[in-house]
Amino acid sequence: MKGRGLHIYALVYLVFLYAPIVLLPLFAFNDGTTIAFPLQGFTLDWFRALVTTPALHEATLNSLIIAISTAVLSTCLGLFAARAATRYRFPAKPVIVGFIMLPLVLPEIIVAISLLVVMLQLGLSLSIWTIIAGHTLICVPFAIAILQGSFSNMDRSLEEASVDLGETPLTTFRLVTLPLVMPGIIASLLICFTISLDEFIIAFFLSGNEPTLPVYLWGQLRFPARLPVIMALGTILVGLSVGLLITAEFFRRRGLRRAGLPDSGGFL
Amino acid sequence: MSQSSGFSKALRTDAGKGLILISPTALFAILLLAAPLTSIVLLSFWTQNFLTIDRTFTLANYSEALTDPLYRSLMLRSVKISLSVTAVTVLLAFPIAYFVSFHVRPSRKSLWLFLITIPFWTSYLIRVFLWRVILAYDGPVNGTLIGLGVIDEPLSWILYNSNAVVITLAHAFAPFAILPIFVSLEKIDRSFLEAAQDLGETKLMTFFRVTLPLAVPGVLAAALIVMIPTVGDYVTPRLVGGSGGTMIANMIYAQIFDLNDRPMGATLAVGGMIIVGSIALALVLLTRRWTRARS
Repeated sequence: MKGRGLHIYALVYLVFLYAPIVLLPLFAFNDGTTIAFPLQGFTLDWFRALVTTPALHEATLNSLIIAISTAVLSTCLGLFAARAATRYRFPAKPVIVGFIMLPLVLPEIIVAISLLVVMLQLGLSLSIWTIIAGHTLICVPFAIAILQGSFSNMDRSLEEASVDLGETPLTTFRLVTLPLVMPGIIASLLICFTISLDEFIIAFFLSGNEPTLPVYLWGQLRFPARLPVIMALGTILVGLSVGLLITAEFFRRRGLRRAGLPDSGGFL
Repeated sequence: MSQSSGFSKALRTDAGKGLILISPTALFAILLLAAPLTSIVLLSFWTQNFLTIDRTFTLANYSEALTDPLYRSLMLRSVKISLSVTAVTVLLAFPIAYFVSFHVRPSRKSLWLFLITIPFWTSYLIRVFLWRVILAYDGPVNGTLIGLGVIDEPLSWILYNSNAVVITLAHAFAPFAILPIFVSLEKIDRSFLEAAQDLGETKLMTFFRVTLPLAVPGVLAAALIVMIPTVGDYVTPRLVGGSGGTMIANMIYAQIFDLNDRPMGATLAVGGMIIVGSIALALVLLTRRWTRARS
């Protein structure tokens, strides 16, 4: 009886969670210029308008460059830190690791404003690179969390065996360690890419005159006439994120299977 | 010679290897986090003098931030909104976490968690904006309620005020609350519950006297994870908050970009950090006391 009540609550809660995402495609295909009910009819005009907006293409290109660079940089930095944290004992380890993980518990606006102030005081001009730096800072903790999981699930005797059989530490890393943590690396790349692609505040503060997709979107929200186009864009973005997530989840599960571990939940 | 061999010996120890390996990431964090944080703290003690910055040390910004009713009410409101969001999010999340942990078959659990986390990974801006659509005067919530005959005219208190900010943020941070509570519920040894019931407790009393106390660390962790980012949220108050729902982040932005008073912006940012830090510290201490009293 109690279980049934909870079940209904869970379903209602899922409706609450999915409400905005379900509305998105409704308005994206709706043949009306206002974002309101009742719906008018089916149209693909808003998607067509996306194709003919050069500013949008520039913003998308900026976002992709930033997201790919951020994903690669954060995963590399995450690999160093995760390997060091799982494999070695060294002085001040909790302090160093804790400090690297700090952006996870810092409101993003603080990260954004402190980076901005430094850039402005140093007289550096804002560009794609300043955004990449900011995004890498907030993505590294996620990369470390994912990679630490893969490194600690790995059987260390495999590496020892490789060294005993005459491989150098470097070739051992390349031939044994890397393939074993590869699912973690791919998951980390995908997660960091997704975070960077969606991140707004840091990009908003640091973008200068090279807007990312969310910054462009933010600018467009002021113009009611542009809203249906934004809905179309949002639909594509949501589809993309969900696709990336399912891929990341697939690799995470494969990694667990490869390590012979039971599935114990999601990313976080 | 002896020095260099000592150095290379140090490199071969675990400590040396670990430090070398973590140094790129640590240096990156020092350069892009420690240095900027230090500089905004420094900047907050300076003042803006028209176009130039006066570098004499002063607490003027802080006393202005604490005495000016505008800043005070903004900070107070940020804390109030953030605490309401935390309470609402955690209360709504607990039954879900409980459901997934206790009533879902183990093989299905990761699917449920995946379903819960998907909306969180989609564009934050668009999600917040859609809440403006949902809560609008002619939006689906009002439409449905009028259609059902619950209300006669559209509700106006659900958009462009702090209620809207609370609803929208409670949605945006739902997974952050569900996951830690779920983890703490999963850790509960199910035989405790059987023991309580064998000893004559009802199911309800077992929940209140065994399950809930054991889940408290997870609930407090959830509160912490929701509270920290919501204090500094910029997008939600801006999009759905109206004038009555502005928060500290909006003021920081205005100081830096519109009023061109970077030191004041820095002061408010440091103030925000102090607020977040002290609430977080209180929650951490509470968790510690709770777990120590239990063990």
